[in-house]
Amino acid sequence: MSTADRASSSLKTDIIVYVCILALSGLQVVLAYQHAEGSRLLIRMLAVAVIQAGLGVSYFMHLREEKRSLRFALIPATIFVLLMMNMFWSDSFRLEHMRPFVK
Amino acid sequence: MSEANLTVGGHAPGIMEASPFSVPSKKLVMWLFLISDAVTFGAVLFAYGYLKNASPDWPEPFKFSPSIVNVMLMTFVLVSSSLTMIVAARAAKSSDKAGALRWTFITVAGGVLFAVLHMREWFGLIGQGVRLFQNPWGSPMFGATFFAITGLHLTHVAGGVIALTVVALGYKRGRYNADDIEIWSLYWHFVDLVWMFVVPMVYLLNVAR
Repeated sequence: MSTADRASSSLKTDIIVYVCILALSGLQVVLAYQHAEGSRLLIRMLAVAVIQAGLGVSYFMHLREEKRSLRFALIPATIFVLLMMNMFWSDSFRLEHMRPFVK
Repeated sequence: MSEANLTVGGHAPGIMEASPFSVPSKKLVMWLFLISDAVTFGAVLFAYGYLKNASPDWPEPFKFSPSIVNVMLMTFVLVSSSLTMIVAARAAKSSDKAGALRWTFITVAGGVLFAVLHMREWFGLIGQGVRLFQNPWGSPMFGATFFAITGLHLTHVAGGVIALTVVALGYKRGRYNADDIEIWSLYWHFVDLVWMFVVPMVYLLNVAR
């Protein structure tokens, strides 16, 4: 495959990813009007956003083409920190459901 | 990427230690900045979710028209500007200077359009009485969190517009090279990806029923 062919094929991939990301954004709007229960809706929305972010990081930012060591250095640490933040959710529910003045 | 390009300017290959991930140091620094910024946005969005959970009267003010339509338009503009930035970086890599400049400035125009649409959204809410610590609907924290999150993102967009303009002009004069365009394209894509989380968390989970 020539350099021009490779560039054309790569651009085609980027356009497909672009369309997918836009379609997923549209899906989020559809989900928002499905009247799902709060936490279920949040999980669905975040799942779609994570797929969008994964596509963007892999294809637009070309992280999949970088050395594996760079991916291992960046991704697990970021995910770990973001996951650790989830510990605070239970406290936010405590404020609403367990505070003394709730009837 | 040659060994010479991986070392700091002015030092011959072999004197400096090789780049740990086979990427230029500027690109590595950008990646490290981006993951720290991702954690910052993560923390701000978690704080938003915390306050929303803890407030029984969190407002849901975003009507389909104009708010959600405006947000969909903003998303389209921002994602499209990411695509034009890819084309710009690719043109720069293939030494197409005119193409790289053209597509970078189209990206900048996309960023400016996004900011204008964002300001329209802000002024619409301000016109309805939303302030930092008060609003006509419910929890007073709504305005503070809304303006903090979207303001932080808008600041990133404004910073990206300025940085891309500076890098493009420097590239035109020969001060910056194709690697610099590519490195700043990473930042622009990141700003786009953050928006993918801001939209559902801030807007779509608060649509007016």
